[in-house]
Amino acid sequence: MIRFDDVVLRYPRAARAAVDGVSLDAPRGAITAIVGPNGSGKSTLVRALLGRLTPERGTIVIDGTPLGALSRLDAARRIALVPQREEPAFPLVVRDFIALGRYAHGGVWSGETPGDRAAIGAAAARAGVDAFLARRTPELSGGEWQRVRIARALAQGGDALVLDEPTAFLDIAHEMAVFELLDALAREGRAVLLVSHQLNLVARFATRIALLRAGALAAFGAPDDVMRGDLLERVYEWPLVVSRDPAVGAPVLVPLRNRAPR
Amino acid sequence: MRLRTWTILLAALALASLAGLALGPVALSPAAVWHALFGAGDPDTVAIVQTLRLPRIALGVVIGAGLGVSGAALQATLRNPLAEPYLLGVSGGAAVGAVAAVTLHMSSPALLPVAAFAGAVVAVTLVLLVARAAGARGDPRVLLMAGVVVGAFANAAVMVLLAGAPSETVRGALWWMMGSLGDATWQGARWVAVYVAFGGALLIALGREIELLALGEDPAAALGVDVERATRRVYLAASLLAAVTVAGAGLVGFVGLVVPAIVRALGARTARGVMLGAAVAGGALVVAADVVARTVRSPAELPLGAVTALIGVPFFLMRLRRMT
Repeated sequence: MIRFDDVVLRYPRAARAAVDGVSLDAPRGAITAIVGPNGSGKSTLVRALLGRLTPERGTIVIDGTPLGALSRLDAARRIALVPQREEPAFPLVVRDFIALGRYAHGGVWSGETPGDRAAIGAAAARAGVDAFLARRTPELSGGEWQRVRIARALAQGGDALVLDEPTAFLDIAHEMAVFELLDALAREGRAVLLVSHQLNLVARFATRIALLRAGALAAFGAPDDVMRGDLLERVYEWPLVVSRDPAVGAPVLVPLRNRAPR
Repeated sequence: MRLRTWTILLAALALASLAGLALGPVALSPAAVWHALFGAGDPDTVAIVQTLRLPRIALGVVIGAGLGVSGAALQATLRNPLAEPYLLGVSGGAAVGAVAAVTLHMSSPALLPVAAFAGAVVAVTLVLLVARAAGARGDPRVLLMAGVVVGAFANAAVMVLLAGAPSETVRGALWWMMGSLGDATWQGARWVAVYVAFGGALLIALGREIELLALGEDPAAALGVDVERATRRVYLAASLLAAVTVAGAGLVGFVGLVVPAIVRALGARTARGVMLGAAVAGGALVVAADVVARTVRSPAELPLGAVTALIGVPFFLMRLRRMT
């Protein structure tokens, strides 16, 4: 559904490319995760999907069509995306905020259609934000805010959902709820592309993991292939061990103290 | 927007207009104003109402509407509650264009806004370039600083241009720098109305994009907005509105700052609602400020821009304090 083909991305006037020759794909029906240290190019890949950065080399292909050939509206109808950070300039009522997800489906003067209302209602229910639709955005906790933003992406629709660190600021229950939701969405056939720092959760939920290091792909494969102690230690430049969780059977990364414990 | 909000705004506009018709060097009773509107009663009163005060109010309404809509659009698009054409230097640039046209004897009511528009576009481009070069697009204060600097430069340019002008230099300078509705004519008000309607319609049509741009550029792009194109259009249309107001009444500051905030506080929720409300509230504020300008030291007139600045500066400081 989403394919990066040997993509090189560079910010204006930057000496080195932020993403240097990355190829990966996020198919329908699976969660594909992008992980890596800070500054490794994860969010840059996401911004390229927004058309905010044009590849210097390589192509981004959405369902067989190069991203560059799609209008922003077309792209938004296919890919719903939750950016890493977002701060509305003015307070919004939560219901109105979620309704903004329908922008790509309406015309210049069209009001809310029954289809829009249905999509908004379903999205709010799915993301579990029904209870605070009438509240205003500044009154939301960090966790509520993230779920409201996911609700907006669900209202937007499309076959692909891209999220940049959707569980930052979330406690365990809310974080798990988000991962379970993404898992369910993927099972229903959506392509889910997820940038995350939560390697242990990603290892349990994602079908494939792309590990980035300094803008290049250090590994791309099934969790068991990527969650290797030597590889991760090299990429994150920190001593760590990877074991297998006896309860769930998934690889688990444990960072070590960088000196011998007393 | 709720009915209550509209009622309040329209009532304010009606009240300000009534005061504008009744008050002045010659005070008129509401009844006399009413008759004079239909050409009945004392001929002097009819003349005062129909040829002096009515065009002045009409000009005030369209100037205020233009400033209000322009400020509302700029605040949302720049994600900055302190943005407005005067503080961003856009009006200053328009003044340079307009004064340059006047000194070149091209001051017809149809052409003047075009020259002002050219100046405004140069100014807004400069401000955005300076702010971007300062590397702090996220910091609303940097943008305002760039605007104030460009505005100061524009003021100086106006002074230089006017220094060469032969007659009425001081009065002319004051008119451009401080704003006034004193030269209002029906013809002038009509031209301003045409341009304001055009620019306002453009911005209202961009309402959905403006609403999404207020979320930030990345979220707007994620939802389907062509960010570069939409922001460029907003800047152009908002500059046109600011330029027309300058061509029609000189520099009138702070209306675009105060009015959108009032409309939002009254419960406007969508970008379109805020802009439409700001059009009405802006008209009411400018007409009311003009009444103050004409009456407090009657028969002398205060500059309109001085009155709006006296209202706007405390408001600006309050907002600034809340932001930092």
